[in-house]
Amino acid sequence: MNSSSQIAEIRLQEEHGVFDVHLLGDWVIENQLPDTEFVFEKLAGSKSSSIDINTKGLGDWDSGLITFLVKLRNYTDKENLKLNLSALPEGAQRLLNLAFAVEEREGARKSLKKESIFTRVGVSFLNVLDRAHSLLTFLGEITQSFGRFLRGKANYQRSDLWVTIQETGAEAFPIVSLIAFLVGAILAFVGVVQLVKFGAGIYVADLVAIGVVREMGAIMTGIIMAGRTGAAFAAQLGTMKVNEEIDALTTMGIDPVDFLVLPKLIALIVMLPLLSIYANILGVMGGASVALAILDVSAYQYVVQTIYSVDLVDFAGGLFKATVYGVLVAIAGCRCGMQCGNSAAAVGLATTAAVVSGIVAIVVSNAIMNVVYTVLGI
Amino acid sequence: MTEPHIIVENLTMAYGDFVIQRDLDFSVNRGDVFVIMGGSGCGKSTLLKIMIGLKSPATGDVLYEGKSFWKASDEEREKMSRKFGILFQSGALWSSMTLEENIALSLKQYTELTKKEISELCSLKLALVGLAGFEDYYPNEISGGMKKRAGLARAIAMDPEILFFDEPSAGLDPISSRLLDDLILELRDSLGATVVVVTHELASIFAIANNSVFLDPDTKTMLATADPKYLRDHSDNFTVRNFLLRGELQEQNQT
Repeated sequence: MNSSSQIAEIRLQEEHGVFDVHLLGDWVIENQLPDTEFVFEKLAGSKSSSIDINTKGLGDWDSGLITFLVKLRNYTDKENLKLNLSALPEGAQRLLNLAFAVEEREGARKSLKKESIFTRVGVSFLNVLDRAHSLLTFLGEITQSFGRFLRGKANYQRSDLWVTIQETGAEAFPIVSLIAFLVGAILAFVGVVQLVKFGAGIYVADLVAIGVVREMGAIMTGIIMAGRTGAAFAAQLGTMKVNEEIDALTTMGIDPVDFLVLPKLIALIVMLPLLSIYANILGVMGGASVALAILDVSAYQYVVQTIYSVDLVDFAGGLFKATVYGVLVAIAGCRCGMQCGNSAAAVGLATTAAVVSGIVAIVVSNAIMNVVYTVLGI
Repeated sequence: MTEPHIIVENLTMAYGDFVIQRDLDFSVNRGDVFVIMGGSGCGKSTLLKIMIGLKSPATGDVLYEGKSFWKASDEEREKMSRKFGILFQSGALWSSMTLEENIALSLKQYTELTKKEISELCSLKLALVGLAGFEDYYPNEISGGMKKRAGLARAIAMDPEILFFDEPSAGLDPISSRLLDDLILELRDSLGATVVVVTHELASIFAIANNSVFLDPDTKTMLATADPKYLRDHSDNFTVRNFLLRGELQEQNQT
């Protein structure tokens, strides 16, 4: 084997009705392969009925040579020309035969059709209907499953439920603490700057307490759960779908919604309100720390003002919102996972969709609930 | 050219403190179909992982054409492993890419070929494994046997000098598995490659192998290295012959 490789090239020669194709140099894919189009142009203009391959100058070769030979043989088969390959190295002849050994299966190739704009609009509209239908089906399945749970007939493992509760609840403490404390502090900063102008600094306590208890505690916890837990649900269920683990459950007569979705749903319904109570406390503490540092009020005054400003209705309202977010995040995560496609990329898409739809659902439902609260005077 | 293509020297493999196999010493000649065989759990696949660079050995080395694989730098090892083509047990095709994209990836990475040339090469490789016309299919749209063959097409994308197979016939029906064996031999002959196969399928061992090593999980070392047909008829080691005779020796002893 020589270290300096020679450039591959083709020379053509035509005499006595025989078309000679000289292959020269090293035909390896690490090097540049020569342009072969001109051979077919020359062949089309020639009257020779027979083609000889001449390999006197051929050095190293690999698949780079075979692709040219395949094209040549396809051409000669089509034009009914004689192709003499006997000069080729034995390995190349065998590879060429192998490439033609199995006929292309009829109809195997996918045809790419250009579709009209009407077809595409129609297809995407039907897709929307399909998705709406599958969402409703999933909601129905969950409702039935929850009904079975209330009657004590749901088929799930209690240990799964406890593990999920621990993962979604206790293990989320650090991030919930950090974010709730800082959001409370931010509210206090914004409030202090404005309220001090009116000499009403003490009302920062009201602002922070109402803001956190009614809105921010629940919504921040919901969004953290959508990013942390909803994504985890979707990735886990999606991977199980790809590995046919969900099919395995179905064949054993175990309802995958009962077995996999129900524990996740219950865990979030229980844990999201509890976490949001915790977030409320941390948020108020965050606000207090800023207010006490900047304003000239005593801690006693601040606490009294806080207790005075929030009543049980505010607290219950916040808690109700948190419960709704728990349901929404669990449904978004589980639905995206259960309806995941069959590839690694599909798991990624399902996870993204779970987080995005979880957050959208939280924000939209919050807006709706605020309108309802206002109308009811809560 | 009689120098062995691959030499495994004094190899000990372990997960942490747990030794799986020790004192492995054997060589593979150029053009061999070499089988790594042994009962389940003896470390066949681990040996393969060490040979292709996915796991480092506890002690010892693997030499390719006399060059050390594990004492080389990471870049050199990466360069050496470009000459390998590997077929994983379940194909390990990238599920988000079509068959053509699966095959084209290494060609795009390591050659200067044009898009058209790459696409022609991909079609050629698919035709070689009998999958002509399946360029635009995704791995989850084809059957298990076809996935294996598509994996093989990806393995030979760069015209490798050494082909590694991890349990090629696992999960295939006898006829597909026979066809795959034929294909392996045909590709060995026409590409001039050396083939290393991990398997415990006796039918396929006798059909394709001309050299082998037998790993034993009890003594944690190799018991023999030779042509498996020769070992079956002439080996003086009970375990090796019993394995190659599907446990018939044991039955004879009991009766």
